[in-house]
Amino acid sequence: MKIEVDPERCAGSGMCALTDPAVFDQDEVDGTVVLLQPSPSGEHEKAAREAAHLCPAGAIRVLG
Amino acid sequence: MTETLYSELPTERSTLFDPPAELGLLRGTAPISRMTFPDGHAGWLVTSYELAREVHADRRFSSRAELQHSPRTVAGKPVTQRPPAKPGMFIGMDAPDHTRYRKLLTGQFTVRRMNQLMPRIEQIVADHLAAMRAAGSPVDLVANFALPVPSLVICEMLGVPYEERESFQKDTAKVLSLDSTFEEIMEAFERLEEFVLRLTQRKHVTPGDDMLTGLIATGELTDEEVANMGLLLLVAGHETTANMLGLGTLLLLQHPEQSAALRADPSLVDNAVEELMRYLSIIQFGTIRTALEDVEIGGVVVRAGESVSISVAAANRDPARFERPDEFDIHRPASGHLGFGHGVHQCLGQQLARIEMRVGFSALFREFPDLRLAVPAEEVRMRDDMAIYGVHELPVEFS
Repeated sequence: MKIEVDPERCAGSGMCALTDPAVFDQDEVDGTVVLLQPSPSGEHEKAAREAAHLCPAGAIRVLG
Repeated sequence: MTETLYSELPTERSTLFDPPAELGLLRGTAPISRMTFPDGHAGWLVTSYELAREVHADRRFSSRAELQHSPRTVAGKPVTQRPPAKPGMFIGMDAPDHTRYRKLLTGQFTVRRMNQLMPRIEQIVADHLAAMRAAGSPVDLVANFALPVPSLVICEMLGVPYEERESFQKDTAKVLSLDSTFEEIMEAFERLEEFVLRLTQRKHVTPGDDMLTGLIATGELTDEEVANMGLLLLVAGHETTANMLGLGTLLLLQHPEQSAALRADPSLVDNAVEELMRYLSIIQFGTIRTALEDVEIGGVVVRAGESVSISVAAANRDPARFERPDEFDIHRPASGHLGFGHGVHQCLGQQLARIEMRVGFSALFREFPDLRLAVPAEEVRMRDDMAIYGVHELPVEFS
């Protein structure tokens, strides 16, 4: 599984960092998404899918 | 698909906690249906979870204030079309204006920042609970806990002197009251604008370690923009969480098995807060979006210029998304609820609200294990008369 994020689309709601802080963080200055783990595995894979679904701005894409 | 012509947005709740029953019926038959707005506009009403999410996420649906038709009346009269949002009032704007303002604030509300704020919030909660105990039983939980905690937190973050809360709390209540006339709302709003503008001007002279000072320091904003952004945060920051704390406490007291479970296992609180947000949906009239072009959605075509009233309350009770939707259950998976909205306008302060509620409910039920209502539930004054639902007072007892 691979994840892509788009900080341009991001609205900084923090849903991803709330869902799995091991995979997602937020930029210190503007709060937009920072991807810590582009290929999460195990339980983080499930959480990353959940984060992509919850993202209000459609800024997280799950590939494969 | 059948088009149901609905003449107005139903607003009368079927019980203390449930949304109007008609909305549930409509969701089952016509999740997007025609609705005539009070000003005569032929728009739409959305009641299903899936369509509510879709409209919020679709950027062809605008948040611009001047395009909106309101599903509610003010003092019995329709709201005629509103002027464009004032500079800084970004909830009534689309990209790129909305994005520019919002991005100056999002860094202040990240998950990490809010976690760092937790010790201070715990302290504020502990102080108010101690004062509530000292005041003695029975006591009004709203005046002593639910309202002052989030008010003080947002005042400290923004740099608003808490001693001046009386005026802005009163004016906020006036703006949100459904009994206020249009003129009363405008006057109260002008007083609020002036209050934050004066405060912003004072920050130039005496800067603080706070968000108003931080916004001034960006050098990108006029004082009017800073003040309007601050006003948004001030109003949104205390009324919403305050009502979740008040109404949520009433709900938990009505479900003693759930509050007992929460006391026995404090780690349940994170999910309990999500379930409270789903179940209560305190934004009574939901949200509004207006189509910028013709949009095909849910088997209908919403024409450019038509407003869509989205019932967040009905969407959060959609059986297609949540099993046994009308059951309050702090154990259920409740994430994905639309209590904070969806799309790029999703609540900016949601991570703050979560921490305030998690800390607030945990401490309240831990410190007051025998908390109970001091009056029959039917006698609690509900905020049927306010745009944000909740309780006006919550008389409670403890030993």
